[in-house]
This record gives sequence, C-alpha cells and structure tokens, in this order.
Amino acid sequence: MRSPSDAVDRPDLTQPPAAAPRRRLSLAALPAYAAAVESACLSLGAIAVALLLFGVFVALGGHDPIAVYKALYVGGFGTRFSIEGTLTQASPIILTALCTAVPARVGLLVIGGEGALVLGGLAAVLCATAVAAAPGPIGALVALLGGVCVGALWIAAVGALKHWRGVNETISSLLLNYIAIAIFNHLISGPVRDFSQTLKATSWTVPPAFGIGSMPGWSVHWGLVVGVSLCLVLFVVLRYTTVGFSMDILGGNRRAAQVAGLPIGRLLILACVIGGGAAGLAGAIEVLAVHGAASESLIVGFGYTGILVAFLARQNPLAVIPVAVLVGGISASGGLLQRRFGMPDATTQVLQGLIFLCVLASNAFAGRIAGVSRST
Amino acid sequence: MTDAHGIGWLGIVLAIVGGALRVSTPYLYVSLGEVLTEKSGRVNLGLEGVLLMGAMSGFAAGSLTGSPWLGVLAAGVAGGLLGLLHAAICNLPHVNDIAVGIALFLFGMGLAFYLGKPFIAPRAAMLPALPFGFWSSEPAVRAALEISPLFLIGIVLAIVLRWALANTRWGLLLRMAGESADAARALGYSVNTIRTLATMCGGFLGGIGGAFLSLYYPGNWNEALSSGQGLMAIALVIFARWNPLRCLYASLLFGGASALGPALQTVGITAGYYLWSAAPYVLTLALLIYSSSTRHTLAGAPSELSISR
Repeated sequence: MRSPSDAVDRPDLTQPPAAAPRRRLSLAALPAYAAAVESACLSLGAIAVALLLFGVFVALGGHDPIAVYKALYVGGFGTRFSIEGTLTQASPIILTALCTAVPARVGLLVIGGEGALVLGGLAAVLCATAVAAAPGPIGALVALLGGVCVGALWIAAVGALKHWRGVNETISSLLLNYIAIAIFNHLISGPVRDFSQTLKATSWTVPPAFGIGSMPGWSVHWGLVVGVSLCLVLFVVLRYTTVGFSMDILGGNRRAAQVAGLPIGRLLILACVIGGGAAGLAGAIEVLAVHGAASESLIVGFGYTGILVAFLARQNPLAVIPVAVLVGGISASGGLLQRRFGMPDATTQVLQGLIFLCVLASNAFAGRIAGVSRST
Repeated sequence: MTDAHGIGWLGIVLAIVGGALRVSTPYLYVSLGEVLTEKSGRVNLGLEGVLLMGAMSGFAAGSLTGSPWLGVLAAGVAGGLLGLLHAAICNLPHVNDIAVGIALFLFGMGLAFYLGKPFIAPRAAMLPALPFGFWSSEPAVRAALEISPLFLIGIVLAIVLRWALANTRWGLLLRMAGESADAARALGYSVNTIRTLATMCGGFLGGIGGAFLSLYYPGNWNEALSSGQGLMAIALVIFARWNPLRCLYASLLFGGASALGPALQTVGITAGYYLWSAAPYVLTLALLIYSSSTRHTLAGAPSELSISR
C-alpha cells in the first residue's frame, strides 16, 4: 500500500502541531444516537402529517376534525378503561410486529404474521387439549410453547425456501397466510370443532385452568408483559451480541456477510424462527387470555397491523413497544368514533393506512437530517 | 351419489367451467394490471386495496347514476388514482415499493370500507350477461355459459397487451424501464414517468376487476366481497411469467381452482371445503418453489424488479 509519495505527506514532527479544527458538535458525532433520534423524528413527523391528512379527510366528510382528534385521544388513552382497551389491543400487535421486524434485520421482508398467529392459536388449543389433565401453569406453558413452535416452523419455512430455493420471502409468506387461514378454517369447522357452539365455528375450548389472567388491579392480561419482555430481550440480543451483529451485517450487505464467513442460512432461519415464534405466541396468548378457544375472532388482521408497527418502529424491537401502544390506541378508539360521530368502523383503518404511507414516504428524508447514512 | 342432482358428475365439470369463467375475470384484470406495472420495473402489492376501492366506487357510481358502465369507469378511475398514489410515493428516493404496496393494501381497504358504508344496503344496476349457452336446453349448461362482457373485453385486452408490449414504441419503452432503467435514462426518458403511467394503468385495470365483483358476480357490495383476488395478482403474474396472454390461461386455471370447492359442494361433497379454497395458493407456492432458484432470477422477470433481485 505504501508508496514513495507517503514520505512527502508525512507531517513534520519537529513543528508544534497546528490547532486541530474545532469539531462542530453535531448529532453526526454520535452516529448510533443520531440515527435513533433521526428515525424517531421521521416517524413522529410522519404521524403528524398523517393526522393532518386524516383531519382533512374527516372534515371533507362533514365532521369536526378537532373533535375527532379529541375522540381519538379519549378513546385510546383518555380514561383508565380506554388505556386498558388499548393495552389489550397492543399486546398481540407487539408480538406480530416482531414477525416483520426481526427478519427485517437480516434483510427479509416477511409479511406472514397473520398466518403464524392463527396457526399458533390453533396449536395452543390442540396442545392444551392434549394435556388437559395437567395442572394449570404447566398446561398453559405447554399450550404457549405449542403456539411458539408452530409459528416458528411456519415462518422458518419461509426463510428456508428463501435460502435454499431462492423463493421470494414476501410472496411466499403472503401465500402462506392464506394457506394457514384455510387450514385453520378447515380444522375449526370440522375435525376440532366444538359442535355445542352453534353461533359460529369454534374449536374445542381450552381448560379454564390454563387461562392467562389479568394483572392485579388491571383488566389487562399478562400477555402484555410477555410481549414487552420479549421486545426488551430481543433489543439487547440484537444490539449487543455477536449473533445480533452478524444479523445486522447480513441485513446490510449480503456479500460482506459471505466474505466474513457468516453462517447465512442459519442466521436467516434463526431470524425467521424468532419472528414466527413471536407471532405464534401472540395467537396462543389471544386464545388463552381472551377467547378461550380458536375461532374466526382470531383473524382480525393483527398480523397486518404488526407490519405497520414494524415499519413505524423502523424494525427496532424497543421502538415496537410504544408504537404498538399508539397503534393499539388508534384501533381501540374506533368504537368511540363510531358511537359519537356515527363514523364507520373502518375509520381507524384509514388513519392507519395514512400513517403507513406517510412513514414510507418519510424514508426519502432519511439520512438528510442528521447527516448519517440510511440504516434500512 | 352420481345421479343425486340431475346430471351428476357432469354437473361438477360444468360448475367448475362456469365457476372458472365467472371467477377468473377479476383475476384476469388484476393480473393484466400487475403485468403492466411490473414490466415497468415496479411491484404493486396493493392491488387488493385497488380492487376493493374499484368494487366500492363501481358499485357506488352504478347505484347513483343507474348505469353499470359508468360504474366500471368510476372503478377504473379510482384504481388509477390509487396507482398514482403508489407511484408518487415510490418515485421518492429510498422507498421500498413492496412496502408501499402493503400500505396501499391497508389504506385502500380502509378507504373502501369507510366510503362504502352507505352503499351496503342498496342494489345497483348490474352489468348484463351474454347467454352463450343458448343452444342448450339444460339449465346447468346455460347457467355455466353466461359470460360477462367484461370477460370478453379482458380477453381482447390480454391479446392487445401482448401485441403492444412486443410491437409498439410504448411497449418497448415500458420494457426498457423494466429491464434497464439506466438505458432508458441514457436515451432521455424519465423512468419515474414511465413507471407512474404504468402503475396508473395497472391500477385502472385492477379497479375494473373490482367493478366486476360488485357489479356482476357476486354483484353486491359488502366488506367480505373480495377473497384476496388482488393479493393473488402478484402470484398470477409469476405464474404467467410476465406474459399477458399467459395471464389469461393462469386466470382461468385459478378461477377453476377457486371453483373446485363450491362445485364439489353442489354434489354434496362438503369435506375439505376450506382446503379446496386454498388450492390456488398452494398451486402458486408449489410453482414458485419449483421454478425459483438461488442462482438465477425467475424466467421472464424484468430485471429491475425488486422481487427478482
């Protein structure tokens, strides 16, 4: 590397060093934090723009936008009751968001959270039935593990197909959602159906002893704590361990990962297993804590909302928590909007869609604010 | 079992053929729309939202004006506008078109359900059906061969698109934007403009596919109208290897596969109804697994496409 001209450029050590140019104290000096601050600013800005557009939208429909904003706040966060509703909504969304966020770290855009959630819920019912005689906590644990395993396997298939056959992961996970829902509907309307429930097709009921209860003093089930803990653990693991670092390398530059000799296949599948396991867990918790059985009420789009949350959180497990609470709040306020203004229940879907579009558009400004390079 | 319902097993075949002819039309339109978009180098995963908006606008315009054909036009325009939204966001730097598609899916669905709420009750004027089964006295044959004019237009469109992509200046430009954006830029064309127009045309066709659902079959507007036909567009296009003419065959095949479950139900076979309904998805996944490779991109895929890289 050294060339003769290097000698010429070498500083003359006999002279006192010239005063170093004063470094401007900027966010760019702290790249990791700058990126985080910038992401947060972009996401908040996108939400603000989306709310503004939403205000225009409802004003066009003849409603007072300020009153609608207030109702959004009151319905999501205004009272203790609404906060409980919000957190109950947020609990599965936190987990399904991980199904997109974790594979995104290795560069996969997986949208199969809905399928993994649905099958996870079904697996929880089957496992609970298999060990119906077990004591409560053990039975619940078995049911939850069953959900995790099925969800993990379901999304692992996506990663495996990508790695060994080059099948596009977005499309395969999308197709698997439909296949999962078909399997789910097939089983709950026949082989595992509880025929005493005539109103709608419902699976066998989980033994009540296995149910997940509420936290003391709150009508929010423990599933929320599970989701939040998983996010915290994943944040630490992805950020401070070798595995997490390897995943980031792979996600950032596949060639670099290859050259560094990283086990690409294993990393891809591990990320899918974690994500799918989280979504499967979401389904199992919904069954054990909310519904008590697997039925259509499990297919309400938590998986798709999770994709929105993952993008809004910019694939960061820590940011998933507040974002899921925010989005859960928007969903939870739908009822109030419906009652107070007679708005359709799809109103909150419109707002969520607007937020999603604005967040993606805000990516165009990434790296321009703090002067750091784009992370995703 | 065979003679329980008059014409027996022939009834199943007829039900599948009739179902394929009916169900395949939305598939045909969304896949033709998606081919146009993808040939220009972008993926629009949001055609499900476009389809639903098209279905809602078509039904609304149809019931307000009394003319189903104005409904079809309104559906196309609504779809084209959503396509424009997709393209406008994708034209920004650093934006992932697949993610925008997912967002468009959620947004279009929410918007359609929001705006379509007042129209759930009334009925609109339906599109007419052409009785191609007039020669038969068998009602099942007549029912199976009732064909929507939209289907015939779709067939013509597939042939025209196939020809235009291969033989016209516009087709060449579109393919150039999809195969090599640099080449298009070097010749002084704006890749973003080409892709915007392609996505808008794709949205227009997707919207018409939705109008078929709300104005012909099943012929009403409700929130459970679509069963994912729009999402299937992307799979259909891979199945058809980016060829509009093959989109026609693929749509018929998928329509037939979707009609399997209901057809078997007509002769009393209800077991596995839901599993049969997953047949198109399993078919596509199997084909994807078979034709994908880690070494080369899918045959026929435009090379600028994010899913083929």
